Amino acid sequence: MIPDPESIRSILATDCGSTTTKAILIERGPEGYRLVTRGEAPTTVEAPFEDVTRGVLNAVREVEELRGRKLLDGDGILSPQRGDDGVDLYVSTSSAGGGLQMMVSGLVLQMTGESAQRAALGAGAIVMDVMALNDGRRAHEKVRRLRQLRPDMILLSGGTDGGDIKRVTELAEIIAAADPRARLGAGYELPVIFAGNQSAAPHVTACLGSRTALSVVPNLRPSLEREHLGPARDAIHELFMEHVMAHAPGYKKLMTWSPVPIMPTPGAVGLIMEKVAKRDGLAVVGVDIGGATTDVFSVFRVPGAADGATVFNRTVSANLGMSYSVSNVMAEAGIANILRWVPFAVDEVELRNRIKNKMIRPTTIPQTLEDLVIEQAICREALRLAFEQHKALAVGLKGKQTARDISDVLDQSASGASLVDLVDLGLLVGSGGVLSHAPRRAQSMLMMIDAFLPEGITELAVDSIFMTPQLGVLSTVHEVAATQVFERDCLVILGPCVAPIGSAKPGSPCVTVEWAPESGAPSRHRVPFGELVRVATPGERGRLTATPERGFDVGAGKGRPVTRTVRAGVVGLVVDARGRRPFTLPDEPTARIARLRAWNRALDLYAREV
Amino acid sequence: MGHAYTPGLRVAAETLVRRERRLPLKGAVCVVAGAEVGPESVIARCELPGNVQTVNLAAQLSVDPAAVGGTLLKPIGSAVARDEPIAEARAMFGLMRNRVASPADGTLESVSSVTGQLLVRERPIPVEVYAYVRGRVVELLPGEGAIVESRAALVQGIFGVGGETYGRLAIATPGPDTSLEAAHLKPEHRGAVLVGGNHVSHETVLRARDLGVRALVVGGFDDRDLRELLGRDLGVAITGQEELGITLVLTEGFGRIAMAARTWELLVAHAGRVASVSGATQIRAGVLRPEVLVPLDEHPGPYAPEAGGGTLEIGSFVRVIRQPWFGRLGRVVELPAELGALDTEARVRVLVVEFTDDGTRATVPRANVERLAG
Repeated sequence: MIPDPESIRSILATDCGSTTTKAILIERGPEGYRLVTRGEAPTTVEAPFEDVTRGVLNAVREVEELRGRKLLDGDGILSPQRGDDGVDLYVSTSSAGGGLQMMVSGLVLQMTGESAQRAALGAGAIVMDVMALNDGRRAHEKVRRLRQLRPDMILLSGGTDGGDIKRVTELAEIIAAADPRARLGAGYELPVIFAGNQSAAPHVTACLGSRTALSVVPNLRPSLEREHLGPARDAIHELFMEHVMAHAPGYKKLMTWSPVPIMPTPGAVGLIMEKVAKRDGLAVVGVDIGGATTDVFSVFRVPGAADGATVFNRTVSANLGMSYSVSNVMAEAGIANILRWVPFAVDEVELRNRIKNKMIRPTTIPQTLEDLVIEQAICREALRLAFEQHKALAVGLKGKQTARDISDVLDQSASGASLVDLVDLGLLVGSGGVLSHAPRRAQSMLMMIDAFLPEGITELAVDSIFMTPQLGVLSTVHEVAATQVFERDCLVILGPCVAPIGSAKPGSPCVTVEWAPESGAPSRHRVPFGELVRVATPGERGRLTATPERGFDVGAGKGRPVTRTVRAGVVGLVVDARGRRPFTLPDEPTARIARLRAWNRALDLYAREV
Repeated sequence: MGHAYTPGLRVAAETLVRRERRLPLKGAVCVVAGAEVGPESVIARCELPGNVQTVNLAAQLSVDPAAVGGTLLKPIGSAVARDEPIAEARAMFGLMRNRVASPADGTLESVSSVTGQLLVRERPIPVEVYAYVRGRVVELLPGEGAIVESRAALVQGIFGVGGETYGRLAIATPGPDTSLEAAHLKPEHRGAVLVGGNHVSHETVLRARDLGVRALVVGGFDDRDLRELLGRDLGVAITGQEELGITLVLTEGFGRIAMAARTWELLVAHAGRVASVSGATQIRAGVLRPEVLVPLDEHPGPYAPEAGGGTLEIGSFVRVIRQPWFGRLGRVVELPAELGALDTEARVRVLVVEFTDDGTRATVPRANVERLAG
């Protein structure tokens, strides 16, 4: 039973990642809830341990040692708190063991297929494949693929309500013919969620009811103009707990420790991002880069909506990460794209071996500065690729007919256009080991700027010690504690970034920036094209005015100034006059290395020149 | 903290291994409990359902989907041959007959009165599961397979490619820190599991394969050569299904790395015996490491202790697994309780290692060592 929030004095929260299990201890003091300590240990979902609770106990034991407080009762969490021992609440998130792996299906790839994908991703799943009638594969190829993949769950959608029944049933027939088995636990039926044309539900039930654990929920695309993802997402969460987690090693025990359902990590981080966007009234992009996956979240205004309505999107890039998936970052980005961020010559054979050795021994950390620089170069590419995938999926509904008036003729934004508008982006938040644990915060800031290429004025922040997932799940049962810890101990404001859109000759005038802190003397900086400048920003907040030259735009049109009140941040103001649309690095190695070194010096990025 | 946890690979002079040999689908088990089996003994066999071909009868015969059931010339479940007529409908007031032929050899699986589609299931694909390792059947998995138990010497590798195989163990290089070159390959290595030293090149792997060597066990391999071997960049470390004609097991990692002394000595001690080898690796969601198993005859006494893994203590023998001392061996001489600062400025848990080759000392993050036996 979840205790009354008023009575909660202490909270223990864990996140079982694919590589590391992180534990945080929160205590209530005179000023409210604060993070008091954290601990971590290798995740033990895999052989030889095959019991996730071992890693949880090891991480909590570290918290015990550091805090000098008894939290464990033998092989379990001591709860509720008695005297100074134990905690009143224990919650957990998990992405270990590959997270939730789903296959989704819709009639048309770009319509219900894409809606189904958004529903699954929104619930924190990894989408292994999207099957649709127009995906170019023949029936037997689809059957073979279903058998090969062995997903944890299938989401079947298709058809608007009252629309096509025949072809929806055809998809169900393909799934029935494949008779797919679940990934974990040979003895249970594969969960299938049907969220398509409700008139087809009896036929789908006839086809799949006896072969799978079928759930029928309301249509996720009841009409072409409307997406209704909530019921499908809820069903995914429910089945994730009921079927998938219950069969993962050790989770049954872990579930008994917490009165709150274990949440998939991306689901928990998404909750926090949505809350931040709502609170600050900003368009927000968040990223959580882990060892195996990179999750991107965005909250943007719906284009054309008069009421300021926002749309939330989440994508999980299954094979982009810094340890288990590091080799895939190299495979997808290419060696050249990684090396373009490295300001020294690297032998390709040596680099390839280093990356593979990180993959096979995922818990190692960089010891030399050169190694750190290479790891941060890989991070830039992982973030860039994950953001590209996000932009491709965070789009308006495709296939809908919209009434057009004269203004639409002038502004021909096609349906299906990306909702991600970098000029509108107000806050970019980073989380995950490589960003949270970077030795200097300026390194995190530049990694995010290089990967996301924000435009105009954007604030950047980072999760201080990588605890957003735990606070996400906590917010479902104790909003006050989650918010207080998030604001005081979790979110570290790095500072604003000014990045004019446009291009010119290096050294030519680009932008003038004025910083007026709430108290203290204002400062003014003229930054030529091609430069990266870091400006100290004393105080907590200030008024930032960016005046671009005639050929450049900072959000209000070419040559027009923009003024905004922003938070100062621990790094300060970064003026990125390296160009946008396009952003390019010199092709010639000597020139490229010289530029990178100059920018690193400008941001005081490393303790010595590399 | 006087000690720390470090993961490690198993290297056991003698251990009891149990390998589950399971069919992908239900089938027939071909062995009985207690049976002695060899690597090629068939444990179970089944037939995977064949591919499905769809035939849109409603469209091809111009009939209502609800009526397609009545057009079938044979009942559902019947065997049909390719091009054999399977459905028929009359058109033009009964004057014309439209026929549809089967697209494949197989059986009529089902017909849908909603979609008007007929599913024809192609002939089943036979699948057999072998014992893989010499041993005894200790448990039957009814309809699915069996568990084979074997007393064996076990070496877990860190990465591998290629499937399960077996052959006589042969030592190719003079020592664990020598590279396996084409010149080391001999005609008598045909059918062997060949043990090399610190490295093998792509060219030598191909020469070994052409010679008929079934598996190579070496310290290291270059990723550039792995790309050549696979024909693609390996993104996610899930291997074992490649059809390369040879299985490759790396005991240490990527690059040129001497095989750990204990691993080398164990393999040398078993030269001439039959070893079972699997290159299957999965470094995520249920870690699976490649392995070399050498089944032993009945053991008279207790098992020898295993090497690798466990707790780090003063005196532990370790290998550094990341730059700048990647691959170097030494003993832990200090385990400071306080965090140490690295060249990167990160503050982490460290240890001090004294290298065995030159006696010099270095401070290394605890995350960057693995414990070895010795």
